Amino acid sequence: MGTTASQLSKDLLSEYQELTFLTKQEILLAHTRFTELVAKEERSSLSLRIPMEKILTMPELKSNPFRKRICYVFSTSERKDGSLTFEDFLDLLSAFSDSATLEIKSHYAFRIFDFDDDGTLDCGDLENLVNCLTGETDDTRLTPDEMRQLINNILEESDIDKDGTVNLSEFQHVISRSPDFVSSFKIVL
Amino acid sequence: MNRSVSFGLNPHHMEAALESPADERVVHDSFSPLIEECSTSVEEHVEAMEMEVLSKEEGGDNQAFLAMAGQGRGRKQVNPLVRARWSSATQRVLCSMPSRTIGRCQDAIISQYYNRTMQLRLRRQSQPSIQDFSRSARPSIRGYRMEADSEEEENKRERLVSNLQSLSAGDRVRMLRAMPINMAEKSELRKLACRFKVRHSPSSTEISCFSRLKYYTIITLQHGWYSWLSFLQSLHLWQVALKRVSGRFGTGVLSYFLFLKTLLLFNGFLFLVNGFFLVIPQAANPPPRHSADVSFSGLELLTGGGYFTDTVMFYGYYTNSSPSCRSVQNHTGGAANLAGCETDGGAQHTSYNIPVAYFFTIGVAFLVTCIILVHSMSKSFGQSLRIEKSQGNLNVKVFCSWDFNVMKKSSLELQSENICTQLKELLSEVNCRHVEKTLAQRVARLAVHALAWTMCLASTLACALSVFYFSEYLYKDHQQVTSGISMSLKDEARLLTLPVAVSSINLLLPGFFNTVAWMEEYDSPSVRTYIAIFRNLLLKVSVLGMLCYHWLGKIAAYPENLGLPCWESFVGQELYRFLVMDFIFTILDTLFGELLWKLFSQRVLRRKRKPVFDIARNVLELIYGQTLAWLGVLFTPLLPAVQIIKLLLLFYMKKASLMMNCQAPRKPWRASQMSTLFISLLCFPSFLGAAVSVTYTMWTLKPSSECGPFRGLPTMFLSGKRWVLELEKANPNLAWLTWVHTYLMENPIFLFVAAGIFLIVTYFQTQVVHGQRKIIALLQEQIANEGQDKKFLIIKLQAAHERKHSASPRRLELRSSEDSVMD
Repeated sequence: MGTTASQLSKDLLSEYQELTFLTKQEILLAHTRFTELVAKEERSSLSLRIPMEKILTMPELKSNPFRKRICYVFSTSERKDGSLTFEDFLDLLSAFSDSATLEIKSHYAFRIFDFDDDGTLDCGDLENLVNCLTGETDDTRLTPDEMRQLINNILEESDIDKDGTVNLSEFQHVISRSPDFVSSFKIVL
Repeated sequence: MNRSVSFGLNPHHMEAALESPADERVVHDSFSPLIEECSTSVEEHVEAMEMEVLSKEEGGDNQAFLAMAGQGRGRKQVNPLVRARWSSATQRVLCSMPSRTIGRCQDAIISQYYNRTMQLRLRRQSQPSIQDFSRSARPSIRGYRMEADSEEEENKRERLVSNLQSLSAGDRVRMLRAMPINMAEKSELRKLACRFKVRHSPSSTEISCFSRLKYYTIITLQHGWYSWLSFLQSLHLWQVALKRVSGRFGTGVLSYFLFLKTLLLFNGFLFLVNGFFLVIPQAANPPPRHSADVSFSGLELLTGGGYFTDTVMFYGYYTNSSPSCRSVQNHTGGAANLAGCETDGGAQHTSYNIPVAYFFTIGVAFLVTCIILVHSMSKSFGQSLRIEKSQGNLNVKVFCSWDFNVMKKSSLELQSENICTQLKELLSEVNCRHVEKTLAQRVARLAVHALAWTMCLASTLACALSVFYFSEYLYKDHQQVTSGISMSLKDEARLLTLPVAVSSINLLLPGFFNTVAWMEEYDSPSVRTYIAIFRNLLLKVSVLGMLCYHWLGKIAAYPENLGLPCWESFVGQELYRFLVMDFIFTILDTLFGELLWKLFSQRVLRRKRKPVFDIARNVLELIYGQTLAWLGVLFTPLLPAVQIIKLLLLFYMKKASLMMNCQAPRKPWRASQMSTLFISLLCFPSFLGAAVSVTYTMWTLKPSSECGPFRGLPTMFLSGKRWVLELEKANPNLAWLTWVHTYLMENPIFLFVAAGIFLIVTYFQTQVVHGQRKIIALLQEQIANEGQDKKFLIIKLQAAHERKHSASPRRLELRSSEDSVMD
């Protein structure tokens, strides 16, 4: 356990510091937490890829309704199964960190909310989003009428070019109107 | 001859005949090169990934489209882009549009950042090179250009790399960090950029020792800078505790604790400055004791009197001489001639002049605090206010309201419930926005509001007057009882009654205001919060105003009436008492308000809900305490230390109580706007009031003649002026200092001119904002028009495809009938 800090070489550490918004302490803490998720024998390799189920046992992600989407968005695996390497994990923490810019956060928020990965938020995406927000239980869901009205209102307010979907620019425009977004789009280990 | 325009993927095989009336042909002639451009770029964007996505889409989207089409018919305006079935070709075109690929495709991101780095380079160089402008492309979406000649992705990447290496190191790092691509790509780009940079520099044999040394120095400095930043981060106070609070209660409650931390920093700064420049020099050279020794009893901690009176804590302890000259006088054996030191000529420069230090330390500390406050307030304003008038906030609520900080499952469920309730409320509001209230209802509402306001104002006035008369009675009583310098413990304890009265008013009256507000009806919860804050603030301001009038107006002007040898120490002690009482009452409020209420509501009322942490009231308490600290710093240089101890204890106590007794707030709390409000309340009534009273004290009040560093002077301000005059005498070159002093600090014209300039600048800025709003409206119109163009093109595309498909089955039929005929 005491050798985990030395597993990250100084060069790698300074490279990570340059390429992400994380500080040295945060990167080392991330490394510790990441390697804790696997058994001791498998910890040595740097290109270790942890499956999504193990990642979702972390307390920061365990109950988050967007946890699966987060894993899918940051995963670089070819099989698109949501598994993360350590570098993917650092990308995740960097986008959710304190010092990340509004632009990066809104970009990744857009990709997380884009449930069908087509590059825009259409009605299906918006419906999924609202269902995630309001929770699983029946008494907190919106009725179909309310849902339809809500989606129409959202499109009316956000869809500037009136094509029926919200693309990245329009999404970022909406986000720029909310000063709370930067502080609420944060996950700190 | 019909003009054939290729729309499909493969321009050589698929052709659609576009039959158009004669006049349209003119239009189409000019568009056709554009459409050809469109088709070639469509070709370059098709990838295997998109085919996969398409197959998913065609199944899923059609259903969604069908559903929307069914509902869309009921609405007043059917969006023609939302239709039943798109052909696969149209689907492919739709999803390879740049506005959609930027949201998912890494190569599009690389293109975008290529353009950004190009712009950055041009800005930095301020001299555009000709070849960068050679390509003609149609207006871009967010800088993403569709190039006329086809460029492969490798080419784009190389160009990005070349742009990166021509940027400065800081810009490169910032650009790389801000790119939303994965880590492997980023490190690849970084390696390439650095490698090219090294290659472009002269070969290694030619690198002189000097430049290598410079290189190593820069690398070491960079490493040092990173480790310093990490060290600062690790010093972050209470990191874990704050995370736990935000994990359970969200960003709103967290803002209270962050505010507490800010106040701690302000007080820490004041304490350090005072300690270093005032307390330590004076403590190292104690003045001769001329009062009887008073023993330490526990009551001093509450009253600040007794043993503490003649210590570094209060103003009265400080001498008005410089230490070295007293030691000279001790040697001569004369009585302490405390007033005559400064008149000696030039030998005093090396000694430490306490009065001047006192004056300038307090002045500079206030100035620096003012600057920091105004800076953080303007930064806060900039973040929370937007130029655009927000039309609706339903979309903001849906996109931005999820708090990712929250980890605990019960809090998450609460959050979901809150969001659901708010969405339903907003939807119903949107629906019945047009419902007008009847006249009777409006009048009734206004009457209730008027009644509530009268009750609140009347109670505030009553409390202020009672504080006024009670303090008058108390001081008169005090004068009759005491006769001399020292006071018995009982008398000092009697002085505690005023702080107790004021603190209990501060505790009970906001509760009364909340009860009154219960019966009122407000348009939105944020209006309710603002009104509650305003009423509470009015109460505190009026009470403090009365007290200040008493202290500075009555006691300071006629200290003989109370038989006080040293009115500044007395006022300092009063403020100390108020601060300590405020703290004790906060503890009591936390115990009784939160713990007992929770026990009561759970055992007796059998409700599942715990009490809610009232953020606004607690923050106003903090601001009140800080105002007291700022008011008292002139008379009690160690008061910031007391405030620091109080804040530390308050943090742990509030956190413990929060974790045990409270639940997350049910009402929506717009943390950023509220934080702006709180910091501006800290700046305007609180700090400004304290600064005004301190300035008034220094400028006009006569310091007491028997104690303190300013004894003998008509006002405290003159000590600074005398020192400046002395400096000028000693060194004639510094005559400008006196000039500055006379014309800037004493002449009111300067203030008027400064205020006038400030107003003019503000006016210009508001005009700029006005103009920007107009531009935003124009741009939105323009984007809507572009959207119309897009719709038109896509519908034409679909129409062309449908026509082709309806043509070919007919041809097949003809051919099969021909075949059958031929058979």
